[in-house]
Amino acid sequence: MVSRVEIHPGRYHDSVRLMQASKALQDVPGVTDALVAMATELNLSLLADMGFDMEATTSAGPNDLLLAVRADNDDTIATAHRVLDDALTHRAAADSGLTVPQPRTVGTAADVNGANIVLLSVPGEHAFVEAMEALEGGRHVMIFSDNVPVSQEVILKQRGVERGLLVMGPDCGTAIVNGLGLGFANAVHPGPVGIVGASGTGIQQVCSLLDDAGVGVRHALGTGSHDLSEEVGAIATLQALAALDADPAVEVIALISKPPAASVAARVRAAAAGCSKPVVVIFMGESTLEDGAAEVLALMDKQQTALSWPTDQDDHRRGTVRGLFSGGTLRDEARFVAMPVLGPIGTKELDSITRRNSDHTFIDYGDDEYTKGRAHPMIDQTVRIDRLEEVAVDADVGVILMDVVLGYGANADPAAELVPAITKAVASGAAVVVSLCGTQRDPQDRDRQAKTLQAAGASVWLSNAAAARQAARLATGG
Amino acid sequence: MRHITDLLDNEPVVATAGTDMLAAAIEQQGAAVSRAEWRPPVAGSETALAKLAADGRMEEANRTAIARMLAVRPHLVDVGVARDVFTDMTDRTLFHAGPPLEWERASGPMQGAIIGAMLYEGLAADPDDAAVRAARGEIELSPCHHHGAVGPMAGVTSPSMPVAIVEDAAGDGVSYSTLNEGLGKVLRYGAFAPEVIDRLRWMDRVLGPVLGAALRRRGPIDLQSLIAQALQMGDDGHNRNRAVTSLFLREIGAVLIDGTEAPVEQRRSVFEFIDGNDHFMLNLVMAAGKLGSDAAAGVTASSLVTVMARNGTDFGVRLSGTGDRWFTAPAPPVDGLYLGGYTEEDASPDIGDSTITETVGLGGFAMAAAPAIVGFVGGTASNAIQRTLAMYEITMAEHPAYQIPPLEFRGTPVGIDAARVVRTGVRPQINTGVAGKVPGTGMVGAGLVEAPMECFTDAINALADSL
Repeated sequence: MVSRVEIHPGRYHDSVRLMQASKALQDVPGVTDALVAMATELNLSLLADMGFDMEATTSAGPNDLLLAVRADNDDTIATAHRVLDDALTHRAAADSGLTVPQPRTVGTAADVNGANIVLLSVPGEHAFVEAMEALEGGRHVMIFSDNVPVSQEVILKQRGVERGLLVMGPDCGTAIVNGLGLGFANAVHPGPVGIVGASGTGIQQVCSLLDDAGVGVRHALGTGSHDLSEEVGAIATLQALAALDADPAVEVIALISKPPAASVAARVRAAAAGCSKPVVVIFMGESTLEDGAAEVLALMDKQQTALSWPTDQDDHRRGTVRGLFSGGTLRDEARFVAMPVLGPIGTKELDSITRRNSDHTFIDYGDDEYTKGRAHPMIDQTVRIDRLEEVAVDADVGVILMDVVLGYGANADPAAELVPAITKAVASGAAVVVSLCGTQRDPQDRDRQAKTLQAAGASVWLSNAAAARQAARLATGG
Repeated sequence: MRHITDLLDNEPVVATAGTDMLAAAIEQQGAAVSRAEWRPPVAGSETALAKLAADGRMEEANRTAIARMLAVRPHLVDVGVARDVFTDMTDRTLFHAGPPLEWERASGPMQGAIIGAMLYEGLAADPDDAAVRAARGEIELSPCHHHGAVGPMAGVTSPSMPVAIVEDAAGDGVSYSTLNEGLGKVLRYGAFAPEVIDRLRWMDRVLGPVLGAALRRRGPIDLQSLIAQALQMGDDGHNRNRAVTSLFLREIGAVLIDGTEAPVEQRRSVFEFIDGNDHFMLNLVMAAGKLGSDAAAGVTASSLVTVMARNGTDFGVRLSGTGDRWFTAPAPPVDGLYLGGYTEEDASPDIGDSTITETVGLGGFAMAAAPAIVGFVGGTASNAIQRTLAMYEITMAEHPAYQIPPLEFRGTPVGIDAARVVRTGVRPQINTGVAGKVPGTGMVGAGLVEAPMECFTDAINALADSL
């Protein structure tokens, strides 16, 4: 065992750096004790406590550097000197600039860019706190998340009214504000139409039909699927309606919802009737998105385009119609259109094991029970493709009807993924009818998507109702 | 409808939390998005957070509380004696740091400081006798925080000790602290050797009276102004107080020379004592903090953290909206650097009222201002800056007086919001000294500690229950 005590007069380092240096020395293999410090009275007494020879320190003062090492041999002492020099001269690489920490709450994130809209897709149980913070900060909110308790939705929307802020959602899939799509939204031209919608795919379908007829959309304000329920009482719908009525750039308003509660429907109709501008009310189950879009177009002196990419599919095999949808509202519209022709249409798989269905069945694969643990079918088509492949070889099924929804947020190339299964279905004798919801400027290139699907043997329709009529016609041989 | 019209008339600017896909879809349209790196709140806080959000009073309450905290103007006016200053202090009362504590549960440094104070007050013949008497309940222990006072490390305050008096020049608040003994073997680190007791006697005989006389002669010293200057000279107000101590000496120097009747050797020794102790001002910075903390207390529904304090056994937190209640968890170990041959094996868990500095936007919250001590956070100035920047997420305001030069003189993050702590999982960053765990050891190092989350979760639940 060797020990060494050295004094380096006038060599000053701050105490933190010296403590780091002491630690570095203590970590050298073979070193049993080490102290690097300014030779203050305190440190000299520490040195004495550690049992070092104090002889070298008699004239040392607080401006002198003290080094003491006890080690197994002289080589270790030499190593310790090198480590000490490194520790006392080392400088961390210069940082090029400040990395600001990532915001952890939407409030902070919104402060960064002065956001006027907060878009939330956190798990539904946590959305309320974040949304309330956004409202307290004077920001509008779109809540994409589902599974937010309706009692919280009511509080949020009441707070929104108090503050003059719009709460879109919960379960709001689509909005377009001044041309910017939020959630699942299509690239529309700016124009004179304002849309209020409790249904995301309903908004997308109407946008697509209007856009193709050359009529643009100024705003599409989603309200969330529960807004027209008895409990919520259409709070956001009424707010949005009034706001669009007050917007001088809006000429015609379309209001879209699944069937609302009766009392709520009356209140909404009254508000619509009280607007200074024409309001086309589309309550699913009473009318269709297609009819609603046509009514809006008529008010603008325009006509629906009835765009389609047809295929001769009259000699398909006979059988039931199986609807494989990703949009709930599109499923509802198709069912509403096809039911008078086909008779009863189921909405559930009758037997979840065999997935056999004796009758016509239209299923919404965007429903909660199919999306657990995976993304929405507008993004991840795996489940729908699996079903398509099964149905393709099901001799009971004659016609397969499906929607493909394009736009921001949706699958980048859905047609390419669907082609193998469609080809297989057509080869086995089934007819495949596709309702293609999108605009020309959507990032997926709508016309290319349509032609790819058409080339695989499907008939493709821009109007979901038109696709449903085609499916019904094929099934009844009409 | 005015605001909704604003939504429809202006270019949308979006912030997101949740799936990145939706943010990416907005960027695909050529618009900018500000993303939150959102994580679920701390388990056990969800219901309370939702209740507080629904109740709606918290935001306004917090605005009130933080405004009160920032409105105080701490002025050092005098030095008195503890038994005179604290009317409820008996000859057998000892104040201590942190939440309430009994002798049996006290850590090594706390027991050591209690022993030392008993020896100093003549309440025990020797250390063993002191321990026996303390265990027998002869001493009445009470937290400093219950008396408008704060004390660093063990924070033990006994009747004969000199006490600095800090008054609010903008209100009627008063706060107190003991005077700092210096580093090494000192009472607040649990040392009770004869030299420790001798120094305490000198402090009550010489330091307190001389300083008090000088202050009365000079008039009040604006502590906030000194602290604000010191942050621009490399102090954090907790682990580095070299600049503020130097500034204080300039303020008091002239009246120390000719403003007191004390013999010249005494005046000289007071000057040298302050000059030789880089942490002399720590206690006064703490008292200034306590003034703001007390001013902000008692606002119904406010989630502002008014107190973080440790007694070496428990870490305790109080909120403005939950009155006098303490929310405690075991005091965590300190991630530190050690003096001489000491290691973390020798360290006591976190101790002291000095976290009052972090509650008022100093210490770990002003780390970016103190490059001289960045060794505690991994050795780079940018690391220190990151630590301070992270605190803006859990605080309510930026301090109007305390500014950080490397952050372009941005105010320090101030006013810890317990609700944001549990929402984000970001814990307050604390700079601190480390005491030896064996009674009588003294200081063994310094470093960093994060406040235990449990205190904040419990506090937020209690706040929600109070509404």
